[in-house]
Amino acid sequence: MTEKRFMAGNEAIAEAAIQAGCRYYFGYPITPQNEIGEYMSWRLPEVGGTFLQAESEIAAIYMVFGASGAGARVMTSSSSPGISLMQEGISYIAAAELPCVIVNMMRGGPGLGGIQPSQSDYFQATKGGGHGDYHLLVLAPSTGQEAANLTNLAFDLADRYRNPVMILGDGNIGQMMEPIEFEPIEKASVASKKDWALTGTPSRSRNLIKTLYLDPLILEKRNLAIASKLREAAKNEVRFESYLTEDADIVIAAYGTVARIAKTAIKLLREKGLKVGLLRPISLWPFPYQVFSQMAERVKDFLVVEMSMGQMIEDVRLGICGKSRINFYGRVGGIVPNYEEIAGQVEKIAKETQ
Amino acid sequence: MEVVFERSKTLTSASTHYCPGCGHGIIHRLIAEVIAELDVREKTVVVAPVGCAVLLYNYFNLDSYEAAHGRAPAIATGCKRVHPELIVFTYQGDGDLAAIGTAEIVHAAARGERITTVFVNNAIYGMTAGQMAPTTLIGQKTTTTPDGRAADRAGYPIRICEMLATLEGTAYVARTSVSNPKNVIQTKRAIKKAFETQIKRLGFSLVEVLSQCPTNWHMAPVESIKWVDEKMASYYPLGEFKVPKEG
Repeated sequence: MTEKRFMAGNEAIAEAAIQAGCRYYFGYPITPQNEIGEYMSWRLPEVGGTFLQAESEIAAIYMVFGASGAGARVMTSSSSPGISLMQEGISYIAAAELPCVIVNMMRGGPGLGGIQPSQSDYFQATKGGGHGDYHLLVLAPSTGQEAANLTNLAFDLADRYRNPVMILGDGNIGQMMEPIEFEPIEKASVASKKDWALTGTPSRSRNLIKTLYLDPLILEKRNLAIASKLREAAKNEVRFESYLTEDADIVIAAYGTVARIAKTAIKLLREKGLKVGLLRPISLWPFPYQVFSQMAERVKDFLVVEMSMGQMIEDVRLGICGKSRINFYGRVGGIVPNYEEIAGQVEKIAKETQ
Repeated sequence: MEVVFERSKTLTSASTHYCPGCGHGIIHRLIAEVIAELDVREKTVVVAPVGCAVLLYNYFNLDSYEAAHGRAPAIATGCKRVHPELIVFTYQGDGDLAAIGTAEIVHAAARGERITTVFVNNAIYGMTAGQMAPTTLIGQKTTTTPDGRAADRAGYPIRICEMLATLEGTAYVARTSVSNPKNVIQTKRAIKKAFETQIKRLGFSLVEVLSQCPTNWHMAPVESIKWVDEKMASYYPLGEFKVPKEG
């Protein structure tokens, strides 16, 4: 039975996590994602789980490390400055190959920045963030419904690849209330047996969760093993949405909230006779380079729109590899571009190329 | 032939990497004996610190985490919340616990987390070869206080037991040393009480063990033991600061 509820994106993520079998949540309050922790604080005890408000984001991410190492499905959430604090632990979690889900509802930065929506943590999320060679799998929802669906997927991906998975949203995704449908969840696609977890040793030899390898040859092997696993993920887990691109002369590249606004702009532009489409990466890591590359064979102009000074645009460039012209429009500091602004940018490009 | 002394079943057969005269080996042995005596090896999980004891899982035959610097109490919290039936303990040095990990230890204690911490205080950073620790004594020479720790520049050494004993969440807090057989026996007794406190779910338990670091103190082992008794124990008094209200 499908259940439909009216809730904020933050709450949708929390409920989806519980339905995906998450029973542990550790977090520290920060706007604009507090609804996740608040929801977990009453909902988790209902299902026999544990909510714990940590003393800092640093402690929270290491509680996640401990709970994941103990074999549990576990989640934390924060927003930009808090995610920065977690980077040390995220590096350790990636190094120890522990599965977990981390939600970042991005707000304007740098520094304390503001509390309004932003996409300026793209680099941090997709290029490593913490020290060392690793990547997160990064999923970027553009609606509350998609946030719920991707949360469910995130737990499966985390277990499958034994790697942290990040849901990268923004204050708008987290705060906006929408009707959300919860589909009954199929059994997790990965065997739930975690024979590496620390559970006590009555019937097996001891397990060890560590990240220190003083012998460089062994550490290199560890790095190569993680890289090989991530190559596999890069091959299998590319996700994107292609919207009205078949006949498009200009393609907007955007993710999350901005992509949703771009769709409205595209409707407006199509009414005016302009052939405009949208290519929306859903997985930011792995990034859908190939589809950009293919599309660039035909499309002369791309417009990258971000709530940043231009971060995803670097991946778009790598995909397009000089084959098309790449334009950029960004708003920052917590300003969300409206559809008229985006349409105006497209019209400008159309005029220039006439 | 009757066996009168053997390796504790909690320990592996690895040879020690600790320096001659170091207290870690004795403290490892005492923890191992306590775990064996309480018959909880199969349900005990250890969280190793960063510092000289980072490789302690080479010696303990236990399910083990290796933490980031100072974060052991948070990792232990995550583990214990998932498996309340397990015995979870952290083993931390003074830099790990009393400097970079101060927030984690204070809040694990304040929450009354049902974990045990063995805190080894040797008043110096051993693994990084002798820098000032938060517990370095006034006047003590280290590689970053070459003229001796001066309070007006480097502040004062922290008394962890006294501080944590003020928190409602702590159930057992004691300071011991391993400077002579009597103190070794008292250390073992305290560690056992700390583990029993956790088993009875009474709250957070911590044993601070004053230990010697002959290498980085630039002393002979015997001289370093004397320094523990004379200098350290006078600033860090031995004894129980908090015992469980019941049991």
